[in-house]
Amino acid sequence: MILNVARKELKSVFASPMGWVILALLLSAFGIFFIHGQNQYFEVMSGAIRPAERLGVTSFVCRSVFGIPTYMMLFAIPLLSMRLISEERRSQTITFLFSGPLSLIDIVVGKFIGLVGFLTILLVFVGIMLSTLNFWADIDFGYLVSNLLGLWLLVASFSALGLYFSSLTAQPVVAAIFTFVALVGLMIIDFFLTGDDGSLLRNVANYLSLMRHFQPFARGLIDTADVAYFLLFIVTFLTLTVRRLDADRLRG
Amino acid sequence: MTTLTVEANNLTRIYGGREAVGDVSFTLSKGEVLGFLGPNGAGKSTTMKMLTGNLAPSKGSVKICGVDMIEHPKEAKALIGYLPETPPLYREFTVDEYLSVAARLHGVSGKHIKAAVQRAKERCGLTEMSKRLIENLSKGYQQRVGIAQAIIHNPMVVILDEPTVGLDPIQIRDIRALIKELGGEHSVILSTHILPEVEMVCDHVQIIDKGKLVFNGSIDVLKQQRHGNKLLVGFNNLSIKEDLLKVAGVETVELLDNGLLRISYKPGQAPTEAIIQAAVKKGWGLHQINPDQTSLEDVFVQLTYQDTAA
Repeated sequence: MILNVARKELKSVFASPMGWVILALLLSAFGIFFIHGQNQYFEVMSGAIRPAERLGVTSFVCRSVFGIPTYMMLFAIPLLSMRLISEERRSQTITFLFSGPLSLIDIVVGKFIGLVGFLTILLVFVGIMLSTLNFWADIDFGYLVSNLLGLWLLVASFSALGLYFSSLTAQPVVAAIFTFVALVGLMIIDFFLTGDDGSLLRNVANYLSLMRHFQPFARGLIDTADVAYFLLFIVTFLTLTVRRLDADRLRG
Repeated sequence: MTTLTVEANNLTRIYGGREAVGDVSFTLSKGEVLGFLGPNGAGKSTTMKMLTGNLAPSKGSVKICGVDMIEHPKEAKALIGYLPETPPLYREFTVDEYLSVAARLHGVSGKHIKAAVQRAKERCGLTEMSKRLIENLSKGYQQRVGIAQAIIHNPMVVILDEPTVGLDPIQIRDIRALIKELGGEHSVILSTHILPEVEMVCDHVQIIDKGKLVFNGSIDVLKQQRHGNKLLVGFNNLSIKEDLLKVAGVETVELLDNGLLRISYKPGQAPTEAIIQAAVKKGWGLHQINPDQTSLEDVFVQLTYQDTAA
């Protein structure tokens, strides 16, 4: 049943031009940084004569591809997640799901998987794109997988947050703005408060920062603590969403 | 043996201290069509939302074919097809796509989906609209897609909130026929403002006003109430009011604008024959005599006003 809801969501994303446009724009962004990374690689490496200065092509290009485009997800995901519940509430199609033989968990998790499924399509393309480096170089697939997994967990967390904000309102635009502000808020914690001087506030901020948990993946390190952090983040917001929808049913 | 498909016990819903629906109880058996009537804001839609599990009742319980809606919502909801006031349509889908999604979400197994969609389209007259986007359909067709969505999984209970709104007379006739057909194998609950519709398709009628059930019974009871204890009589000679009152059984005589007289009599003592005999004997010039039927509207108004007066 969860998969049926997810399938419906995915179909609905691709039924409007919006899904295709966002997919195309994001892919071209990743593509541009991929080409840029390769060009830079040759420029920088031709100047690096000593072996200690040389970097592997995988880590060099990945740094380019998973750098700035990751920040673009901050804009893209609120746009994709805003409609999930608020639009259904506004056009009263949510009744369709509520009166079907589905539990609230089925609905929420289904919608979440639908959105993550869409983003997975994007990441699969990015993965294929980076794998083409293997035609002329011997790339480090472990490093690539770690980067992809990190980005996947990051966008899944963004989606869970977006889904929750979408359940709070009947106005998609309001949901998008709130999601964006909340995501940027989690970034700002990262930029201004993180450090290692050991004060409690810093420690809390360090722990909360999404980016701080994403960085180890970008270095090729899969740390279970970071994986657990992302999973907890997702479960928390999905649970809050279920509770919000349950309140709808109880209070009307 | 009749099997109960819907049991509602003391359904109550309180919105911020105001009782929207209070103590509504009824049962429905397999094969019955129940009409739900009431003025605007009477609590029809609220009751329907509670029956379909879209709204939790403040008190009371709902059982669908013996399955409790609160304890086992998934199983109970699987037995219901529901068309809310606003048809829940995903406008970006085509009719076929939408109905397939509906079938799949209602647990129709993969290989039966095509047949289910086909059947629902035939029943609702949508076959020619298969490839059209729902967004581009007229209001009437959208309404039909809404009905198709509610019956696609062949549910035991079909709940329709104002199904004939926005349809043209031919479509209305088709939908009424469809409801009657559905009533054969399933139970149907429909709410409506159109009173003749109730008379045409329903076996049972419920009138709800200010959240309370004011009438609950079979359509025949309501029809009887319609007939009342009145006769409509026409005479050429109009100055006989006093004489008429002397006929056995006659209680009051009232002259109407159209020149006819309305005679009300004591229950069970229809003075029809006595009046005719008297008229022939005394040469009043009788040219018309009919039982006076109050319209269903009048009965409806009576029932809903009685409550206010009491």
